[in-house]
Amino acid sequence: MAQITADNHGLRLVVRYTVLGLIALMFVFPLVFMLMSSLKPDAQLLSDTRSLRAFLPVGDISLDNYFDAFRRAPVGLFIFNSVVVTGITVVLSLMVCSAAAFAFVFVDWRGRELVLTLILATLIVPFETIAIPLLLIASKLPWLGLDGLSYGWLNSYQVQIIPFVADGLTIFLFVQYFKDLPGELIEAARVEGASWWQVYRRIVMPLAGPVLATAAILKFLAMYNQYLWPLMVVQEETYRPVMVGLQYFFQLNRAWGEIMAYLSLITVPVLAFYLFLQRAFIASIASTGVKG
Amino acid sequence: MKSLSLLAASLAFASAMSSAAFAQTTLTMWYHGAGNEVESNIINQIISDFNASQSDWVVEIESFPQAAYNDSVVAGALAGNLPDILDVDGPVMPNWAWSGYMQPLQIDEAKIANYLPGTKGVWNGELYSIGLWDAAISLVTRQSYLDELGLRVPTLEQPWTGEEFMDALAKAKASGKFDHALDLGTAWTGEWYPYAFSPFLQSFGGDIIDRSTYTTAEGVLNGEAAVEFGTWWQGLFTEGYAQATQDPADRDNGFNSGKYAFSWNGNWAALGTLDAYEDVLFLPAPDFGNGPKIGAASWQFGVAATSEHPDGASAFIEFALQDKYLADFSNGIGLIPATASAAALTENYEEGGPLAVFFGLSEAQALVRPVTPGYVVAAKVFEKALADIANGADVQDTLDSAVDEIDADISKNDNYGF
Amino acid sequence: MASKFTRSNATGWMMAGPAAALMALFIVLPFIFAIGFSFTNQRLISPNPTQFVGLSNYSQLLGVGLLVLEPEKDEAGSVLRTDDGSLTYPALRGFTRNNPDYPQFDGMREWFSLSLGENRIYVLARDVVFIKAIVNTVIFVMVVAPLQGGLALVLALLINQKLRGINFFRAVYFMPVVVSIVVVSLLWRFIYDGQSGLLNNLLGALTFGAFPRIDWLGNPNTALGAIIAMSIWQAVGFHMVIWLSGLQTISPSLYEAAAIEGASPWQTFRYVTWPGLRNTAVLVLIVITMQAFALFAQIDVMTSGGPLDSTQTIVFQAVERGYGKQDISGGSTISVILFVFVLAISLLQRWLTREKK
Repeated sequence: MAQITADNHGLRLVVRYTVLGLIALMFVFPLVFMLMSSLKPDAQLLSDTRSLRAFLPVGDISLDNYFDAFRRAPVGLFIFNSVVVTGITVVLSLMVCSAAAFAFVFVDWRGRELVLTLILATLIVPFETIAIPLLLIASKLPWLGLDGLSYGWLNSYQVQIIPFVADGLTIFLFVQYFKDLPGELIEAARVEGASWWQVYRRIVMPLAGPVLATAAILKFLAMYNQYLWPLMVVQEETYRPVMVGLQYFFQLNRAWGEIMAYLSLITVPVLAFYLFLQRAFIASIASTGVKG
Repeated sequence: MKSLSLLAASLAFASAMSSAAFAQTTLTMWYHGAGNEVESNIINQIISDFNASQSDWVVEIESFPQAAYNDSVVAGALAGNLPDILDVDGPVMPNWAWSGYMQPLQIDEAKIANYLPGTKGVWNGELYSIGLWDAAISLVTRQSYLDELGLRVPTLEQPWTGEEFMDALAKAKASGKFDHALDLGTAWTGEWYPYAFSPFLQSFGGDIIDRSTYTTAEGVLNGEAAVEFGTWWQGLFTEGYAQATQDPADRDNGFNSGKYAFSWNGNWAALGTLDAYEDVLFLPAPDFGNGPKIGAASWQFGVAATSEHPDGASAFIEFALQDKYLADFSNGIGLIPATASAAALTENYEEGGPLAVFFGLSEAQALVRPVTPGYVVAAKVFEKALADIANGADVQDTLDSAVDEIDADISKNDNYGF
Repeated sequence: MASKFTRSNATGWMMAGPAAALMALFIVLPFIFAIGFSFTNQRLISPNPTQFVGLSNYSQLLGVGLLVLEPEKDEAGSVLRTDDGSLTYPALRGFTRNNPDYPQFDGMREWFSLSLGENRIYVLARDVVFIKAIVNTVIFVMVVAPLQGGLALVLALLINQKLRGINFFRAVYFMPVVVSIVVVSLLWRFIYDGQSGLLNNLLGALTFGAFPRIDWLGNPNTALGAIIAMSIWQAVGFHMVIWLSGLQTISPSLYEAAAIEGASPWQTFRYVTWPGLRNTAVLVLIVITMQAFALFAQIDVMTSGGPLDSTQTIVFQAVERGYGKQDISGGSTISVILFVFVLAISLLQRWLTREKK
């Protein structure tokens, strides 16, 4: 008897792992194909798609495509631009949105309810519906830079950053999190004479680790993968981010091996970052769900 | 602020070069040819020659891929940061001039008196742009193919009729030797469609816009001739002569590797074909009733309206108008040099050169695309209509709706000033 | 907890001010502009002054009409039939183009038609491309929402097992979510390619070559389906995680009780799991729906709306017109129409969640 149940159990495990494994294959095969193809010359890349060789590092393997990609376009610059834009936006966003959420949750001020309601209402405005008028606005905005006052933000870093610093979702995440913090703690600190800035800086923010991670990860993904907006507002190479660079790269030449190398270059760092922090990534998505 | 950074910049410059360089003014330039190494080398050569030839101006270039170039200029105009010098595709120029992105050139008319007509961009009686070359399209094939299929060689005096052309395609298909009879270049989306295919429409007797008024497409793009054209166009795909969706790689080397019997292609691709085969023929367009037609005008140089140094920008353009540069472009990418004297300097366009035939083709058949600011939208509508018809859409319906869309755009823009 | 220690108008405005100002400038203002532009003929750049045009942008986009045509008859009054016996009707364009008797149909085109007895009913639209974009978007939403939500739930249930290494699988299933949709779309062009695409090669190998090669993105019948499949592949992990967090809020004691009662797996799911997931279900569906309405990048990279408008979408049309054709007013009008759709969905969400309480 015991023998049979053990076998049964073993068989079940095999079935379970097989199912899980097959599904996992479904999710990784395009990425494996991308990585392997990036190592192959074009002719082999195309002929390999006829067999499982498409997913294996076989044949004429080299890093030539990567060198050629760097030679064909300033890939390093594109990556740098994306890092600058994404990094600055994430940091500014955390500061601005956490401060706002702090004011909404802990501070009692006239207009609080109205402003919070309006901000949460923007959650249902898809960015795509405002992109075109926003383009017109951005083309007219003043900017005080090193060369003095100028008008028009197109082709710049700020046009990719500033419109995305404050958003309803990030504020919402902070508000939800702050609501669960003990309000008495804040009031007590105030009674003892702490300034609002001190409360924010010394009490609330040190407790906000998890929500900071969540908000940062969501913002990071949204910004790094941005496509429609930079496509419309950034034409000059100097400020071009990776996803628009990809479009550009694709238009320059249909050398598939190089395109695969470029795709790998812009994707692998994010994947590595994700695999390294995958618990935090998944927890951050999950938290939007539980709280929602 | 401005003077401070200028000071800093000129100090750095002076210490680095210790020359009189800081008296120079920088002119920026945008160019559509990113990704083409030969083209980039030639344009860079012209720029460095110009920069070395005088001490007032320094030209700096930024190149864009052709597919993104026009959008970039529009966005640049919107942002108010267009360069001083830009290049513009001939038929697009009226739109940019009308929209106020460009200003007329300050170039001595005598200098361009002997230029091919297709290279001069004239709008409202003023010269806005000038090209170092013109492009032309031909029906590319091989003498051996014609011999095998038993076809006569068409000439400018006696081009193939529509029936002869279809007969040639049918024979090529029947021979079984080719993947497809005809390479139309459908892989090249964008301006290629109106440039390459609207001449067929014109040969049938239709047009994209009614050139008597420039305020409507009614009757010319959906009239009898246009429907006849559309039906013929659709037939090319339903008969299997050509592909509605084509792999870009096939466009680039399909003909040269024997996949197609005929290729409808521009002279910029001719050099590669000459390398591939000994017996290449560049044939005139077939005549569908109103004479054989091909498109005229290619990329040209102009000056942005916002340029603070139109004199410098024009000086650069004038500098570029030298026979040796015209010849360089022609030798490098196979285009027709804008003057006969430059042609004499080229490998391919001198008397008896392998591409000299394009001179004749251009002279006898070339027709400019409608000269109107409305062309830009009309061209997109035309492209979509042809793609839809190729994919099986109803011809009359598709052309009707193309007309409606073009007319709606024209009226939204107060007839573009006509 | 309002007290003199927590009350401070200045602090409130100072801390919330930057976010509020940024959102006013970059979300609220353009939104108001969009509504304003939709009543004008605003262009991206034009030497002409902007004019107020009333509702004409809306009627241009949304105008529809109904035309019933009788079959053609000979002089004796009996219907004419073609050789294969089908009826013939007068040409539609005789009614929709320059016919002073039918001014309301001028410039319209056939959207679809159906037969009713001998008559043929034509449903006309002024802008068939945009109408198709709406229909495609709605199809996309209606297919993706339940399918992606359902698959995500299945994955979440699989991942919710207590197995060694389950976190590895969870991480893998989630992986496409962190990859840009632009990258994914380019990669999948290889999978869907008509010549050497991986999908064709796979199907060919499985059927020993019997399966004909299909140009998945070049065929009007398969293009939208191909994009739907890819979109689900990319985003399903995201919703799997939301389901998972919902699953983990269900108390283990309920499962223990079900096990003691001897409930089958299906019964456990039906009476324990599913009731506990109701809120999550609404959330998942709403999030998918809102994302699906914004479908753009896949279209832009893979098909540009073709072939034959089979993959036109609302947002793609908004960008194509507002940006590509520089028609800000047309693009803005489409944006407003999209907003109305999304607003309707979120009102539906409110209604669904309120009804429960």
